[in-house]
This record gives sequence, structure tokens and C-alpha cells, in this order.
Amino acid sequence: MSKASAQAASPPWDDASITAIRRDMLRFARMQLRDAAAAEDMVQEALMAAMTSAKSFAGRSAFKTWMFAILRNKIVDHIRASSREICGSDLVGSSEMDAGLEAFDVLFKRGGHWNPEDRPATWSDPEAAFEQDAFWTVFDICMNNLPEHIARVYTMRELLELETAEICAVLGITSNNCFVILHRARLGLRVCLENRWFQGEAR
Amino acid sequence: MKMMSCKDATRLMSERYERTLALRERLSLKVHTAMCKGCSNYGQHLDVLRQATARLREGDTGGER
Repeated sequence: MSKASAQAASPPWDDASITAIRRDMLRFARMQLRDAAAAEDMVQEALMAAMTSAKSFAGRSAFKTWMFAILRNKIVDHIRASSREICGSDLVGSSEMDAGLEAFDVLFKRGGHWNPEDRPATWSDPEAAFEQDAFWTVFDICMNNLPEHIARVYTMRELLELETAEICAVLGITSNNCFVILHRARLGLRVCLENRWFQGEAR
Repeated sequence: MKMMSCKDATRLMSERYERTLALRERLSLKVHTAMCKGCSNYGQHLDVLRQATARLREGDTGGER
């Protein structure tokens, strides 16, 4: 192998790129774990694992994507390993978690149709929003506004891409309860993003 | 057929990411969103949420890349 191709295949370990990636990894881990110290540990572990297995990187994917895959695996392992302790905690005290759906009843009129002022508006150019740091800050805030157990189920589903069946098993809840919690998370995130981002954008 | 409520429509639009909806559910949802701008927007917004979480998953959140 020539020197040039060997270099192209090795990950960019220079400080600047790691610092930026580390910052984003921390945000991801915090969103998932809701525990700054645990998030630090996870990211540290992922960075160390990445450095020791740098050979397997081999330039097959973008460096950042590869790092995030390692981080996701670490968090999934952590959740699977600690599932017993999660079930025993007061987070899942009963077999049914309160989704707090009633709080969203105010969005609808008696017949179940939208209140005129709560009817979802047209969002202009979400793709452009994705390119702005400020949008992700708002997304972070909206995720943090969700009650912890709601965010936990939602992030397990959407950030870790676990199947609903596994989430139910790990948390010891019924699949119907899981569906309701995910619905509640989407209702909450949507209304938060509309109020804090898209409404200001469009008007 | 009685038109389903927006409340039920939003629930089904979320559940279709989790399970295959029955033909009956798919049809009533289709009829509903064809006539209801709010719910048709809602469905698009859930897709935006999906795209956003996919970006977060890949570390593809704007800024430096």
C-alpha cells in the first residue's frame, strides 16, 4: 500500500476535528441519557474505542458518521446492560407509564378537531433549518422540555433506532403504552418546534 | 363513513411509524388528510422530525462537516 492511500484511510485525529465532533457527540449523548456525567463517560468510552479500533475505520464512511455509530453502540450496550436497574427504578414504577396525553387535549375542540389557533401551520424549508446551528439549539430545548420518561422512549426509538418491541421489553411497558408515549413525544416536539422556530421563520 | 377526528388522525400518523396500519385505518386517514390542511401539515411535520433525528443519529447537524 502506498503511503498516500494509507494516510487517506486513517481517521483525522487532529485536535480541531475531534473537539468539534466531541461537542456534537456530547449533545447527542446528553439528549439520550439526560445525565451530563453519564454522557461524558459514554463519549469518552466511544473516543477510546474509536482510537483502539482505528484500523476498522478504513475510510469506508465519513469519520463523524463512524464515530457516531460507535457512540450509539456504546449507549445501546449501556441501556441493555442496565435494563434491570431501569425497570427497578421509579422511572418505571408501574407497568404503565403516564404519557400525559390529556395535556394535549386543549389543542382540540370538543369534537376532536383542531382549535383554529393550534392547527399545524405550513413549515417553510426545514432543509435550510437543518443547516443552522440555532435550529439544533432549539431542537435541544424542545427535547429537554419533554418529561424525562417520554424523552427516554422517544430517543431510544429515534436516536438509537431500537425496535418498539425491544424498548417495551427493556422498560417493561406494553406496546400500546409505548405507542402512546411516542405519540405524546411527537405532539410535544412538533408544537415546540412550530412555536420556537418555524412560526418566527414563516411570519 | 363518519370522518375521523384530528385527534385520532394525529395518533394514527404517529403509530404508522410503529406498526402497519390496517387497510381501514389507512383509508380513513387518507380521506381525512385530503380534507384537513392541519392534519396534512401535521403528517409532514412528523416526517421533518424523522429527518431531524436521522441527522442527529449520523452527527449531521449543520455547522462544520
